[in-house]
This record gives sequence, structure tokens and C-alpha cells, in this order.
Amino acid sequence: MSTARPDWQKRFVQLRAVVTIELRRYFFTRQALAIYLLALAPVVIIGLHAITSPLGRHCNIAEDTEILAGIVQLFYVHLGIFFGCLILFTWLFRGEIVQRSLHYYLLAPMKRDIIVLGKFIAGAVTTSLIFCTAVLLSFIFMYGHFGPKGEQFVFDGPGLHHLGAYLLITVLACFGYGAVFLAISLIFRNPMVPGAFVFGWESISGVLPATLQKFSITFYLKNLAPVDLSGKGLLSLFTVVAQPVPAYIAIPGLFLFVGFMLFFACWRMRTMQISYAKD
Amino acid sequence: MADTNREITFNNVSKFYGEVLGVNRVTLTIPPGITSLVGPNGSGKTTLMNLMTGLIRPTEGTLSVCGLGPDQPEEFFAMVGYCSQFDSFPKGITGFDLVYNGLMLHGYPYEKAYKLSMEAIDRAGLVQAAHRKVAGYSKGMRQRIRLASAIAHHPTVLILDEPLNGLDPMARAETIELFQSIAKEGLHVVVSSHILHEVDKISDQVILLSSGYVIAEGPIHDVRTDVTDHPMQIMVRCSNPALLASKIFAMNHAVEAKLHSDGQGLLVRTRDVNNFYLLLNQIVESGAVELEAVAPADDDVNSVYQYLIGSEGNSI
Repeated sequence: MSTARPDWQKRFVQLRAVVTIELRRYFFTRQALAIYLLALAPVVIIGLHAITSPLGRHCNIAEDTEILAGIVQLFYVHLGIFFGCLILFTWLFRGEIVQRSLHYYLLAPMKRDIIVLGKFIAGAVTTSLIFCTAVLLSFIFMYGHFGPKGEQFVFDGPGLHHLGAYLLITVLACFGYGAVFLAISLIFRNPMVPGAFVFGWESISGVLPATLQKFSITFYLKNLAPVDLSGKGLLSLFTVVAQPVPAYIAIPGLFLFVGFMLFFACWRMRTMQISYAKD
Repeated sequence: MADTNREITFNNVSKFYGEVLGVNRVTLTIPPGITSLVGPNGSGKTTLMNLMTGLIRPTEGTLSVCGLGPDQPEEFFAMVGYCSQFDSFPKGITGFDLVYNGLMLHGYPYEKAYKLSMEAIDRAGLVQAAHRKVAGYSKGMRQRIRLASAIAHHPTVLILDEPLNGLDPMARAETIELFQSIAKEGLHVVVSSHILHEVDKISDQVILLSSGYVIAEGPIHDVRTDVTDHPMQIMVRCSNPALLASKIFAMNHAVEAKLHSDGQGLLVRTRDVNNFYLLLNQIVESGAVELEAVAPADDDVNSVYQYLIGSEGNSI
């Protein structure tokens, strides 16, 4: 490089370049289509519910609030975002290997950690944007059809707090699952088996010993849920918090977990060799 | 002492893919200039290039390119440009974006990346097609856009895996000219190619590989001289080739002398080329023959390839 810029500044420019290049790809891929379907399915259902119940004729806010909490905490966190991230993040490097284009990155004069970070940020931004939009639309449809009652719940009641918490949970879920699946994709050629293991682990994490629960994404997210869904039969397995922790511990805790996963992914990437023929 | 900061060095490098041998115990020093890697399919040319660029790591041994290794990617890849054999590109990308994105990854500011991209695309002769998708390019165009991407950041070491494949004769000539101009600047150009007569034309030195082993290396003339199993062939154009042949046969190092069909030339095969030239000098000085031209007839990559690698070479 001819320009004598400090290393950190050059690395930031390189990171920005990786994120920009990757962001341009993700929104219009086949993988993205599956993510759109996962994200928008509840929106369509809630939209139909809103159309069939104008001004909250066949429902009430308390009940719909619990339904929305269930959709976010059970569907989005456990299924939608989980599988959305599985699809996108395991493809970040695997896709490049399948298309035989990873060497363009590996031949660039930058630390491989920057490639991992750039791809992770782009993936996290993509999934966060798609799922946050879906959660936001779900929220609007869920309360919009109540008319003034819904408006009062949102602006004068706990509505905005709920929305904020759901969006935070969504973003954190994207970062958490994203980091896990990115790391997995750098170890396993076929991420489906480890993906199924993670799914099982996340599902039963509620009944695991307290120490093991800390190695689960949902452990941190459950603590941020604004609506208590505990004690609802078998589903309580996914919602019960045995040892609640406050948000100021849950959020840094999750980022610590993400950091650990990314550190591992960077380490794997540093020793990665290209042998497309084997893949 | 050789300046290791200007050389590519392999020190006892081996690479195994599981149980399959890539290259074995390679010890090499490649000076600046154009170096060609020559060998049949599966001889280890691409493995050697991938090792040089850190896409794969040696199972044993060490290597450095101008004193640096791929473990220092920020300095190393700023200096190295690699045009790989992988004919694949990120999905949906245009030629311009391929080169431009590469430069953005180098950390260049937008304007400089744009300028360098256009300059490289221009050198590769693809300005008209720059904003078209690479997927719609012909094989030759894809080859050239990869080349543009490899040279865009002005590397001091350019590694090219089969760069002439798919190029039409015009583009080949232009590409060779480009290599020569880069090499003239004192830079490294390492090329692998199957097109032996073109390798011969451009190379300052060759590395012959077979089954993962380096069989010979160095300037082609030196390599040929080292191949003592095969007598050297020299073509002599002169006024009286029959007389010359009779005098040559008086010497025991002469293996064969074949008269050319036009009666003006003689193809001599000798095991002692220096003595032959001495004798030829004496004959010419005595006035027995008038000399028109003398030239080695098998002092080229193709001949050396045939002698050292033999029939395997037919497969390339």
C-alpha cells in the first residue's frame, strides 16, 4: 500500500470493504428467500388475524400480547431466527468454497480475522434487518387493528417497552446464533448434524444445570423477555428461567459468548487451507 | 551471498494431501525475472504456486517470498499477485467489481481503487466489457479479468497459473509482452504453462517438475547442458556440410551428423559441445568451409522436457 495510514485505520477500511461486499450479496440470494419466508410467515398470520378482527372485535389486548410474546419467544427465537441464521451463517464460508471464490479473500493483504469479522457483521446486519422488520410488522399488525385501544397500549402503556425488548432479543439472537453457526461452518463440512445438535441443546437448555445453561443463547434471551410465559405446559421448557439474571448481565454475557465463538472462528480461519477439490 | 529479500526460496518443502503427494522435498531458489514451471498434469505445479501464496501450507519445510511468508498477510499479499487456475468468480459479479472489490480489500481509498481498477482492466484489454457480468465472459476474457485482478495493485511478485490458457494468439502475444515488461522492471513473474514454445520464448529460467519432484531448475541453457544423457544437437549452416561431417566423425565425442535435405546444413549430435565448437573454429579458420550460421537445435524447453520427462510430456 502506498498510503502510510496507521494499521487500525487501514484495517477499518478493509473491514468496511468486506461488510459492503458481503451486504450486497445477502439480500437477494436463495438463502435469503428462505429467511424471508421464515421471518414473514407470522406476519402474514397476524395480518390475517388483524383483518378478521377489526377494532379487536374477536379478541383482547391481554390475550394478543401473550400471543405476540409467544410468537417472538417461541417461534422467532427458537425456530425462525435459529434456522434463518443456520441457513445464512453456515453459507458464509461454505458458499464461497462451493462456488470456489474464497481465494479472492484469502489473497487480499489483510488479516483473516477481518474476513471473519466482516462476514459476521454483514450476516448479523442482514438477519437482524430482516427479522427486526418482521417483528416490527408483527407488532404493528397485532396492535394496529385495536384502533385507539391499541394506540393507548403502545404509547401510554407497556407497548413500546415490549417492542424495544423484542427488537433487542431479535438482534441479540441473530448475533448469538450467527456466531455459533459461523464457528460450526468452519469445522464441519455438513453443518446439518451439528445444527441439529445445537437445536436440541437450545431446546433442553432450560432443564440443564445452571453452569451449562450459560452456554446457550436462549438462556440470555429468556432473561430479556418482557412478558412472562412461564407455566404454560410443555412449552414452559422454552420459556422458564430457573435462575433469572438481570439484563445488565444477560446482554454482556451474550456478547462474551459471541466473542468467544468469533475468537474460535478466527483461529480456525487463520489455519484454513483451500482445497476446493475435496469440498 | 544471495539476497534472500529478492528471492523466492523453498527449503525442503513437502506437501501431502492425506496420503497423496503434492510435492516432495523441494529446495529451490527463484531469482527475479520470468520463471516457468513446467511439467505434466499432476506434477505439482499448482501445488507449488498455492504454497507460494499461502492458499495451502507445507506439510514439512519452510518457504519465503522475498523474505516474507503468508503468515504476514498484510505485507505479503500487498507484494504478491496471484492469477489462479480456478475459473470461478463470486456470483453475479461484473469484471470491474471483481478488480475494484479486490483493491478495496487492500484498503485503498475509493478514488485510488477506481483508478487502479480501470488501469488494470485497460492493460488486460477489457475496458468495453468491464461492467458486464463475468458469467457472460468468454474463457479468454475470464482469464484476462483474473490477470487484471492479479496485477491491479502493482505486485512485485506475480504468480500466474496457466495464464495463457484460453487466450487467442493476439491476446497471448499481448499477455506475454505484459509479463516481459513486468519482468524488465526487476520483478518476479512465476508462470506455469503447458505451451512449451511460448514458455521457451519468455522464460529466464525454468523449473521442471514430475510427480511432485523438481527434476531440473535454472536457465534453460544450463539445464540442457546438465542433461548429459542426451548428446547436444547443433545445426550448422555452411558451404560444405559433407566435408564438415567427415572431419567431425574423426572425433569420438560426435555421435551423429545428419545432412540437411537442402545440402546446405548439417545436424550434429555431440557429447562434448565445447570441443565441437573448438573444432568447428579450426575448420572454418582453415578455409575448408564457409560458415553461415550455428545454432543449438535442442537447447529449448521442449527438448529438455522430452529428455527429462519423456513420453509423459505427450499428455500435456
